[in-house]
Amino acid sequence: MWQTLFDSLAGKNFMIVAVAEEGLGPEASRPWIEQAAPQYWNLIDQDHRLAELYGMVNVPQCVWIDETGRIVRGPETTGSTDHFRQMDLATRTMAPDLVEARTAARARYMDAVRDWVLTGRHALEEDAARAALPRVTPEIALAHAHFRLGTVLRRNGKTAEGAAHLAEASRLHPDSWNMWRQTAEFETLGGAGGPAFWQRVQALGDRPYYPPPDLPGA
Amino acid sequence: MTTILTDAGAFTAETSHALHLKPDDVERITGWTLKPEGLCRGPVCVPLKSAVMPEGRVDLAAFWRHLGNPVVTDEAQETWVLGTGAEDRNASLTGLMAPDITLPDLAGTPHTLSALRGKKVLLTTWASW
Repeated sequence: MWQTLFDSLAGKNFMIVAVAEEGLGPEASRPWIEQAAPQYWNLIDQDHRLAELYGMVNVPQCVWIDETGRIVRGPETTGSTDHFRQMDLATRTMAPDLVEARTAARARYMDAVRDWVLTGRHALEEDAARAALPRVTPEIALAHAHFRLGTVLRRNGKTAEGAAHLAEASRLHPDSWNMWRQTAEFETLGGAGGPAFWQRVQALGDRPYYPPPDLPGA
Repeated sequence: MTTILTDAGAFTAETSHALHLKPDDVERITGWTLKPEGLCRGPVCVPLKSAVMPEGRVDLAAFWRHLGNPVVTDEAQETWVLGTGAEDRNASLTGLMAPDITLPDLAGTPHTLSALRGKKVLLTTWASW
């Protein structure tokens, strides 16, 4: 997906930086990266440092940065949609019209990125970019400290103690799917997408799992 | 040795009780320098009430919390996270300059975001889970 976008913008002074929020370490990401054989940057972020710096709460989320290093669109959903919530969980399949709608939404997002790179369209003015940024609370800042400690302790073999810090992180920052799902995956491989995940998604009710980006005309 | 994790990376230092460090280590790890008027960084000096301990050490955890930042540690107090508080994090984001980060690729080679100045950058996340 990204390689196609990258290829289509060759020579246009554009780079993709794809960061794996991957507490289990680089080996968990390797098969995907090697299959994609990407020419853009693919980086591994074991402690979710990027999410902390930018206030990200889910994957995939995306930030647009201009040539001067300025954020012109803060963290937002990267083309993913909530269509998956209508999946038939018994068969893990989605109706063809939902698949089609999802594919179209992703294509619109990629087109918006392409538009931005080529014409500057969709880049927000400073005030609008600022207004769209996530707001970090003291609880969220503390949650990130616990999350980082938890992942490091886990990596050093202090699994139970690490788990307590990871649980505290999710308690302090319940909107972070990154923290919750990474923790679930630590506990059981596949846990990030297991029954507890679906219950948590259901509990969102009318709230989105992937809030759609505001891209007028895209 | 104690491991101290900050926004700038992972550091090790010799510590005594809790997180009492020699001033040289405080400066190396945080960029704050001990002076007669307090701990200073650039033009800013923060007076220390009780953060200077016997033997001239600095209670870095107390100082860090005094700045409004989160501090967490493990039971053995071998690993500490000196986090960044909400106020600083929000100020950094609303300044709109993309916070810099250095991360490794699969081969372990580090890459720094700010090295891409001059290009438009799509910074995106994903995960295998």
